[in-house]
Amino acid sequence: MERKTPLYQTHVDAGGKIVEFGGFLMPVQYPTGVLAEHMAVRQKAGLFDVSHMGELRLKGPDAAANVQKLITADISAMQDGDIKYAMFCSDAGGIIDDFIVYRCAADDYWLVVNAGNRDKDAAWVESHLFGDVDYRDEGDDWGQVALQGPRSGDILKKLCAEQYIPAKYYTFIDNVPLDLGSRTIHALVSQTGYTGEYGFEIYCRAEDTVDLWHALLAAGEGFGLIPCGLGARDTLRLEASMPLYGHEMNEEITPKMAGLPCKLTGKDFIGRDALVALGAPKLKRIGMKVVGRGIVREHCDLYTMEGGKLGWTSSGTFAPFIGCGVAMGYIPAEQIEIGRHLNADVRGRMVELEIVPMPFYKLDK
Amino acid sequence: MNFPAELKYSKSHEWVKMDGEIAVIGISDFAQDALGDVVFINLPAEGDAVTAGVSFGDVESVKAVSDVISPVSGTICAVNEALADAPETLNSDPYGAWIIKVEGIGGTEELLDAAAYEAHCAEEG
Repeated sequence: MERKTPLYQTHVDAGGKIVEFGGFLMPVQYPTGVLAEHMAVRQKAGLFDVSHMGELRLKGPDAAANVQKLITADISAMQDGDIKYAMFCSDAGGIIDDFIVYRCAADDYWLVVNAGNRDKDAAWVESHLFGDVDYRDEGDDWGQVALQGPRSGDILKKLCAEQYIPAKYYTFIDNVPLDLGSRTIHALVSQTGYTGEYGFEIYCRAEDTVDLWHALLAAGEGFGLIPCGLGARDTLRLEASMPLYGHEMNEEITPKMAGLPCKLTGKDFIGRDALVALGAPKLKRIGMKVVGRGIVREHCDLYTMEGGKLGWTSSGTFAPFIGCGVAMGYIPAEQIEIGRHLNADVRGRMVELEIVPMPFYKLDK
Repeated sequence: MNFPAELKYSKSHEWVKMDGEIAVIGISDFAQDALGDVVFINLPAEGDAVTAGVSFGDVESVKAVSDVISPVSGTICAVNEALADAPETLNSDPYGAWIIKVEGIGGTEELLDAAAYEAHCAEEG
């Protein structure tokens, strides 16, 4: 039985096309369509329901020590209000999940994990806890919306004073009073996202989500804000070459293979010894653009132009803003050369690709 | 949703218009709506043979790819090459944006009239 977010009925009423994702019934697109939603985020603003994401909290005297042991990133230099990207790795060094960690206080950490991995993560974390730490899966308590795009700051300013808007990427402010018109709610506002664009993720109590959604849409009316679905979320993250769990990452793939930050010196964490022993990865993630027309999606075999099999694609789509097909995939590290051409087998037809630097799209800051 | 009465439809959501001995083929309004924004079409070549019930090309939207199944058997006598540069026409004008014309018709799939096709779409949701 699929779960629903607090906004499920709002999406249905607005004509959202509903699909299953990560165990949740979510809108893949609104009547505006994926292209318009994608462009709105690049040029104006888009609003996403991301309440399906999971939230895990570790609190108490040994919370920091537990987090250090569980995750790849080193949290020792984090301050209250800081956010870091990190992963859980298995004993063998494979990626169990990727997520962002919030430091709420020196003894209070909050991990925002992928919806589809939430139950697996919760069980894995629980099985590794030690010492004096209070651990809770808060997934059902929180609603989350992502306000993304160049105008998102202007829109947020209509709901709260500027001092409550986190000024730096990967920082957050908790307990922000948001004026919804009818009433004021308190929410956590973080300058984060999964689109490669300037924007915010706003976490509120589950029961406040619907009112927050409508208040943001109303505040965004003069700024071109539209609701967006998971289809645009996927094309936006792909255009920004951000990895997605289950595609660029799984338990067979290590952080080094995926090209993700993972320091093996300094503090210890689960999987570190295996990653040290594995050494330099044989396969690595690459970014590719389609030469000419066509779309290369996931699970296509990659070949040299001479016909030798090289690897596979992990994701691919048409990237609306840059206007061509893009894909990510894995090939042997020694075969990687920017500018090299490859072929992808797309349902029996060869489509030519060029290896290009990632990200495909980068915001000028 | 638009189901012009003068057309015939296949259950796989292509439309056919008989223009004398020539069959004009495209995809239906229901098909383009289900696909979403079309960004690429893989077109066949003039002179290719098509077989009823068999794919002759594919249409890709941002999120999905769909085969285009020929409702008739015969030989392609014209291809709407303009769609290669403007595949979004399949969304904006599905019944104007024909894909191929077929001559020498040797057989057809089961084709539905507009009312029966509309009922078929309602069943698929």
